Amino acid sequence: MPRVKVPRKSTAIDMTAMCDVAFLLLTFFILTATARQPEPLPVDTPASTVKIKLPETDVATVTIGQGKIFFGVKGQQIRINMLDRISKRYNLQFTEQEKVRFSVVETFGVPVANLKQFIALSNDERNQAGLQPGIPADSTDNQLHEWILAARYATKELNNKDLRLSIKGDSKEEYPEIKKVIDIFQKQKINKFSLITSLRQAEK
Amino acid sequence: MAELDTSSGGSKKGGKVRSKKQSTRVDLTAMVDLAFLLITFFMLTTTLAKPQAMDLAMPDKDKDKPESKLEIADNRTMTILLGQNNRIEWYMGLVDNPKTPTVDNFGRDGIRKALIEKIKEVRGITGDPKKGLIVLIKPSDKSTYRNLVDILDEMKISDVQTYAIVDITNPEIGLMKRDGIYK
Repeated sequence: MPRVKVPRKSTAIDMTAMCDVAFLLLTFFILTATARQPEPLPVDTPASTVKIKLPETDVATVTIGQGKIFFGVKGQQIRINMLDRISKRYNLQFTEQEKVRFSVVETFGVPVANLKQFIALSNDERNQAGLQPGIPADSTDNQLHEWILAARYATKELNNKDLRLSIKGDSKEEYPEIKKVIDIFQKQKINKFSLITSLRQAEK
Repeated sequence: MAELDTSSGGSKKGGKVRSKKQSTRVDLTAMVDLAFLLITFFMLTTTLAKPQAMDLAMPDKDKDKPESKLEIADNRTMTILLGQNNRIEWYMGLVDNPKTPTVDNFGRDGIRKALIEKIKEVRGITGDPKKGLIVLIKPSDKSTYRNLVDILDEMKISDVQTYAIVDITNPEIGLMKRDGIYK
């Protein structure tokens, strides 16, 4: 009796469908990935074990590093509204174009007096290290207080939500600087806020 | 999959010499490898890039609200002072009569051990799981932001329910000077 021959099958698999799926997913992830904005004040955030993510909207971040204070709010409309309030407060006039230019800046750290020059700069020039001197937050000229207040009003008006404040401090920063910002928060009766940390890699 | 017939006309004798048609099938394995590598990269970076937020509630500073002031038993309070060079000092009770002031380090073998021990001890004293340890964190001017975040993290790790950041007082600075962690 002849043996039944099992025909050998080719080991090559049709990869086309797999390739299609892979590239579809790849396209999706590339498009949804938000490009990281270059930060004018790079800080090394301390690590912690908390795993709660920072929300995407209605968040203001006070960045503290090298003794300078920077401020940033999420949302272009909120930034325009905030600038309107600041211009009223300090009697400055901004054109529509300047407002739009300001609204794309994520984080800034210039005194109000230099705001016009700052807006006129290009994106690359703005992010040069050491160009922005930080927002004054002394008791005599507390501009950070005004910015936070304006951002809170703007968020309430546009989104009808409370602005969530967060502190992003450099791990080497000394405590008095942080304390200064916390005191400004508390003066506005903000007792709840977030500290931005990075994920701790492994247990010590 | 579309595949062209590549065997046509090859066997005819005396015909014209035709160049053999090549198969259009391409080996996609390398391409798929690359695509999946990139997918993995983008997946991981999009979820991990988001910063973590540690929530912090400060005690109310309103002086005209006396009801927000709470009298607490001093055998339940532990005060942690943050000094320079990542050193900390903790004591139980009041600063006038500090019980067991100890200079300690951050991390598992340092403050965490003391915290876990004291949590147990206080629970034993009060006999009520709701009345646990109360930790007062007092950062000095020489401490860094990293110290503050580290100590708050320790609170989360060892599950201290009640803790607050309070301003440091002069006797406490004196205590740290005595033990050489504040110059």
